[in-house]
Amino acid sequence: MRMAWVVAAFAALVVLLAVGLTLNPREVPSPLIGKPAPAFELPLLHAPEKTFSHKEMLGKAWVLNVWASWCPPCLVEHPVITALAKSGLAPVVGLNYKDARQDALPWLNRNGDPYLLSVFDANGRIGIDYGVYGVPETYVIDRRGVIRYKHIGPLTPEVSRDKVAPLLRELSREG
Amino acid sequence: MRASLLALALLAGASLAQDPALDKRVAGLAQELRCLVCQNQTLADSNAPLAVDLRNQIREQLQGGASERDVIDYMVARYGDFVLYRPPLKATTLALWIGPFVLLLLGALLLWRRISRRRAPVPALSEAERARAAQLLE
Repeated sequence: MRMAWVVAAFAALVVLLAVGLTLNPREVPSPLIGKPAPAFELPLLHAPEKTFSHKEMLGKAWVLNVWASWCPPCLVEHPVITALAKSGLAPVVGLNYKDARQDALPWLNRNGDPYLLSVFDANGRIGIDYGVYGVPETYVIDRRGVIRYKHIGPLTPEVSRDKVAPLLRELSREG
Repeated sequence: MRASLLALALLAGASLAQDPALDKRVAGLAQELRCLVCQNQTLADSNAPLAVDLRNQIREQLQGGASERDVIDYMVARYGDFVLYRPPLKATTLALWIGPFVLLLLGALLLWRRISRRRAPVPALSEAERARAAQLLE
């Protein structure tokens, strides 16, 4: 009888630890889900004299992808972002995070530019407002400007197919 | 050359120690906040670029007249309760706060049961048993 207790306690511990192992401790749940996307007005990467504001995206669902030329995982996810943008489900806006123009522009030339446009967040201030802590990060924002989903780290084809694309389809039905 | 270096060092020192009270407040807050990049370090301990940015952000805000509470609210709004080394007590953090005490209580209970069982008085022998024991021992 006593043995049964010990075995049960051990099994419970194993289950607890097994669940713990499947969680990613680096993934911090964003408090921004369901909240309005933080405001920004930033110069364009391609045209420093022009600015772009989040307000210009109101009325349609869109994807904000935080990227930088100095970030190797960004290169890894780039084909996935490119495929997502090509799918035409939603426009993808790039937030070029703490980068330099002379690095970022050749990076886009080399790897292709899937973005509707990229804004240039030189000092990372807007990144902080969006709670960015590890580039790349990807946000899905609905037509009212509310953040509906956030993915931290490189967007994988699976996450793009199973999470982002269905959500964008749902959002386009809503509108 | 040496004099100019000295002057430079003094100047740099002076600009760093411009406002020791502010430095202290920044350091105090940075001790309370977690660096998101290297998650087991505080903002004060980490030299990750984001930690540097966030420390500058704290300094800027305090300089602008924000209170400690304001800065903490600013961080929590962006990064969630996770940035706090002392998370608030609420439904989602209940297990975190009372879990250790529950385990402690459980342990104490088990220990107490074990000890009290050991202490249970040995039943006294009846006269017949005593006689039999004596017989066996002979």
